[in-house]
Amino acid sequence: MMRSVLPYPLLALSLLAMWILLNGVSAGQLLLGCVVAVAASAVMAQLQSPKPRLRSWRAIVRLALVVPVDIFRSNVAVSRQILAGTGGRKVSGFVTIPLALRDRTGLAILACIITSTPGTAWVEYDSKRSTLLLHVLDLESEDWVKLIKTRYEQPLGEIFG
Amino acid sequence: MTGMADLPIWAALLVAFLVLLGAVLTLIGVLGLLRLRSFYERVHAPTLGTTFGAGSILAASMIFFSMLETRLVLHEILIAVFITITTPVTLMLLARAALYRDRAEGAEFVPLHQEADPGSAGGDHSGRK
Repeated sequence: MMRSVLPYPLLALSLLAMWILLNGVSAGQLLLGCVVAVAASAVMAQLQSPKPRLRSWRAIVRLALVVPVDIFRSNVAVSRQILAGTGGRKVSGFVTIPLALRDRTGLAILACIITSTPGTAWVEYDSKRSTLLLHVLDLESEDWVKLIKTRYEQPLGEIFG
Repeated sequence: MTGMADLPIWAALLVAFLVLLGAVLTLIGVLGLLRLRSFYERVHAPTLGTTFGAGSILAASMIFFSMLETRLVLHEILIAVFITITTPVTLMLLARAALYRDRAEGAEFVPLHQEADPGSAGGDHSGRK
């Protein structure tokens, strides 16, 4: 019963939260939000997209703490590099990263993290070889393969594995 | 703007600081768009505007309207979420289009269809002069 009404409980919950955020808290809006959430869940069920399974809440919390800090740090690094002008030129280039992560949701979140971090850009993912082509602005400052694998891929693997 | 004067001084300062910070970060991103050399380098610059640039302006907006209406205003979280999940789409579209063209033209600095053994860094592809 539960499964047929709410096939995607997290999606329904986030939709309800979004509705409340947009329209304010009141009994009427709560009811309307529930209707929207259930209807959207039914549409989602029709699409038959595979349901992501969250295995580790601890890894989610860890990732949620690490990522904003990294985004902030690379904001500072990239700003500095832009303002430094020609004197502070760094070598940019492509990096190929072999990924063990194959889950679609996990990859989507990895894409969000990598694009949200100034200084790294997701260029191409090869699903046959499971490799990711990245472009990084400052090639020499870090070991990018190790950084992406340990900081993001490993916790994502724990979450969606 | 109505009720701007009702804002306590600490909140006004904080809001002003955050708005300015966001504007400066976005401006640096725009400068980067002008200054960086290759397409692949330029693609990094606007990210400043879509992360902490937008983030601090949204935080300022959250504080401003929460103080003014004396209730928590959190719409801005939604804006941040939607920016974060939609930028990869356009970025990948642009990057892959550029990659496709560069490969078709036989540009040397672009890695070919990942024939190199996985795990090796791309090496010295310093981009277009």
